[in-house]
Amino acid sequence: MRLSGLALLLGVAVAFPIGLPGPATVNVGVFTLMYVGLATAWNIVGGYTGYISLGHAGFFGFGAYALGLIVTRAHVPAGVDVFLLVPLAGVATALFAIPVGWIALRTREATFVIVTIAVMFMLQILATNLRGLTGGSQGLAFPVPGWGAAFDVPFYYAMLALAATSLTVSWSIRRSRFGLGLLAIRDDEDRARSLGVRTEVSKLAAFVVSVALVGMIGGVYGYYVTYIYPQFVIDPLIGIAMVLMAFLGGMGTLAGPVVGALILEPAQLYFPYGLGQSRLYLVVYAAVFLIVILLLPRGVVPTLGDWLEQWRSHRLAEAQDRPRGDEAVVG
Amino acid sequence: MSLLRCQELTKRFGGIVALDGCSLEVAEGEIMGLIGPNGSGKTTLFNLVTGFVRPDRGEVLFGQGRITGLAPDEVFRRGIGRTFQLPRIFPRLTVVENLLLPAAGSQGRGSTESSRSRRERALSLLELLGLASHASRPAGRLSYGQRKLLELGTVMMGEPRLVLLDEPAGGVNPALLEIIGARIVELNRQGTTFLIVEHNLGFVMGLCHRVVVLDHGRPIASGLPSHVRDDPVVLEAYLGR
Amino acid sequence: MGPSLIIGAAALGVLTGGVYALMSSGLALIFGVMRIINVGHGAMVVLGAYLSFVLLRDWGVDPFLGLVVTMPIMFGLGVVLELVFVRPLRADREALSVLVTYALALGIEGVLGYLFSADYRQLRVSYDTASFAIGDFRITWVYVYGFLLAVAMLLALFGLLYRTRFGAAVRATMLNRTGAQLVGIDVERVSAIAFGIGMATAAAGGTLFGITTAFNPDSHYDLISRLLTIIVLGGLGSLRGAIVASLGMLVVEDVASVLISPTWADFTFFVILVVALVVRPQGLYGVRVRGAA
Repeated sequence: MRLSGLALLLGVAVAFPIGLPGPATVNVGVFTLMYVGLATAWNIVGGYTGYISLGHAGFFGFGAYALGLIVTRAHVPAGVDVFLLVPLAGVATALFAIPVGWIALRTREATFVIVTIAVMFMLQILATNLRGLTGGSQGLAFPVPGWGAAFDVPFYYAMLALAATSLTVSWSIRRSRFGLGLLAIRDDEDRARSLGVRTEVSKLAAFVVSVALVGMIGGVYGYYVTYIYPQFVIDPLIGIAMVLMAFLGGMGTLAGPVVGALILEPAQLYFPYGLGQSRLYLVVYAAVFLIVILLLPRGVVPTLGDWLEQWRSHRLAEAQDRPRGDEAVVG
Repeated sequence: MSLLRCQELTKRFGGIVALDGCSLEVAEGEIMGLIGPNGSGKTTLFNLVTGFVRPDRGEVLFGQGRITGLAPDEVFRRGIGRTFQLPRIFPRLTVVENLLLPAAGSQGRGSTESSRSRRERALSLLELLGLASHASRPAGRLSYGQRKLLELGTVMMGEPRLVLLDEPAGGVNPALLEIIGARIVELNRQGTTFLIVEHNLGFVMGLCHRVVVLDHGRPIASGLPSHVRDDPVVLEAYLGR
Repeated sequence: MGPSLIIGAAALGVLTGGVYALMSSGLALIFGVMRIINVGHGAMVVLGAYLSFVLLRDWGVDPFLGLVVTMPIMFGLGVVLELVFVRPLRADREALSVLVTYALALGIEGVLGYLFSADYRQLRVSYDTASFAIGDFRITWVYVYGFLLAVAMLLALFGLLYRTRFGAAVRATMLNRTGAQLVGIDVERVSAIAFGIGMATAAAGGTLFGITTAFNPDSHYDLISRLLTIIVLGGLGSLRGAIVASLGMLVVEDVASVLISPTWADFTFFVILVVALVVRPQGLYGVRVRGAA
């Protein structure tokens, strides 16, 4: 039953741009799928291991710059070819993440969060200062494909592919013994270690995988927006958005980040339109954020799961009540 | 054959000497008790053997090899498991997932064991521990006593040669205590060596083949439980201060 | 490039370091008492700066004197925020508090942006042009006043912590929250007040910061990244560490600014952090948690 439901969802997702034309709508689809992928990828490290990273935005930007630099230096023509190079950006991000992750993961909990924030700002500074490489605050330009009115559609499918990849990776990790080790690290890292789990390697592997996915998504994003600037592609708000989505949906679950992204991203895109350019949308965002945290601390998916379980056991108790009544009469 | 040998282990924490040239041996196949007044160094000894703390001086020898200063995960893989005074289980994993987690020891089946046979082993262990009906529940829902049993089971999944039990009787009602004792005897019969730290002297006397008494960081007596119990040196250590 | 330039830069580092010490001490206090990372601390500093700005612009109140007004306001606000947003968090407090305080930061940024726009502001006082020289390096006297005030406030804070009964309760809670409860300390009340004190120090720090540096609602990102780096370096929860790390980092940064270049100066901040984490992950005064039973 699950598999057919998934196939249906996938079918809808694939058919979406064809069924609902209009670049504005497809644009929403692109960003929503982007965040589905981002939140799912973030969840691999934040939800499974419990190491909350607030610096993933840095790697998002790293991937964007990596792809941008590969494309501009190798003079790759605008078009589908750029998409084929996205995995390369992922590899570059992964390689960069290995030493960074190794240093960061030496710390625990609170310190780790701060270190990830620091890494993000370091990357932002590097992107701004290394002008010869990245163009600094003048930005870096991707080649522009000439796809006319259907410009957004290939990007939609690229994001869909990456989101599907994130989900598949997340799902296979969760089923594996490696994933079990990650969840144990979240509950009690030292105990996991004392039971033979290779915690250092596991954490690093989860981190690198998570960040590589985020980097690839960043690459496609860069291509989509054409011009990337340090402060806009390494944006803390992107980083916190993916955390909030994973959190809203349910950290550590598979579907949670997806649900969170599907709820929040379309909302996020419509808010600024409603409140214009004023900074007030930040206040609304913050308010939503706070309400979510205070009312649904475990996230949508686990809370729904709890309700379902309560409902089921309630029904079971009800069903058992009736025959007992009859027996009492007989006995 | 001596399985575990601690030689002249010394550990200081600031001004406090937790272990003071402590030497002791655990023979393979026995259930050995480690008793002593509070502060005598029992838990520190455990921490030293399992790699959570490095000794200032001394060596820990296990089987044919030297394990002094090895990291906890490596010690586990060499075949030493350990439980804690307050049972440490993984509350958000299910009971059976808790058992599926540990890496098998070096003389165990290792990574060549199929996931199906591991699962079978885990389920039969749950049967032995009386937790089979809780297999799919989150471990966080278990009662205190059940958690102690689960913790023991988790350690046993690694097929250790030696298990260090830190106060297994602590906070446990008499009925459950009998069950725990019976399980330890059964597992010992199947080949596991036990070193048990305990305050419940009745439990220790009934279960252990041999007892060592620690005081102020070093052994002051060792031998059969009945002999140690009547040793005046031991009585003075417990009562005489 | 004379040595006086380096000495001058170092002196400036000490002076600004004092202000950062004041700001980061509040952050360290909040973490020490409540074990939460107040990612919104930078926003609160900026809020303090804007409060002083309003007092200066609309009522002509000198920023230093205005602290008498801004600090109690921020203290009260801190207590309210703690009660409403932090106290309800039960499970997973550490992780959730990061998100909550970040949300508060965004909220503050949004309100400030709405009220004051993105224009850069600075607290201009009539005496801020007077300066003295260390060799080739000129330092305006306001830096010194700010430093002196920061020192005075830190002394007051330490006095509170080490000479009053309330301070003892705070220190007890920092050392062992459960233990403190067991001896009858109302840790929730201590937490709320500690959060308020943290906000008050942020207000003071914000005012001092705003006198010497131009700011706008966005400035909190830059600030919080530095403050967080400082307390990690100093060792989370250690006030002494925060002070030492503040002075050290600012001196290094200002010296690097003259020796290398201003654009790379704030990068040195993070480089130091990375180096420190490789060598000593628990920071200067932090404790390494090993997790043995």
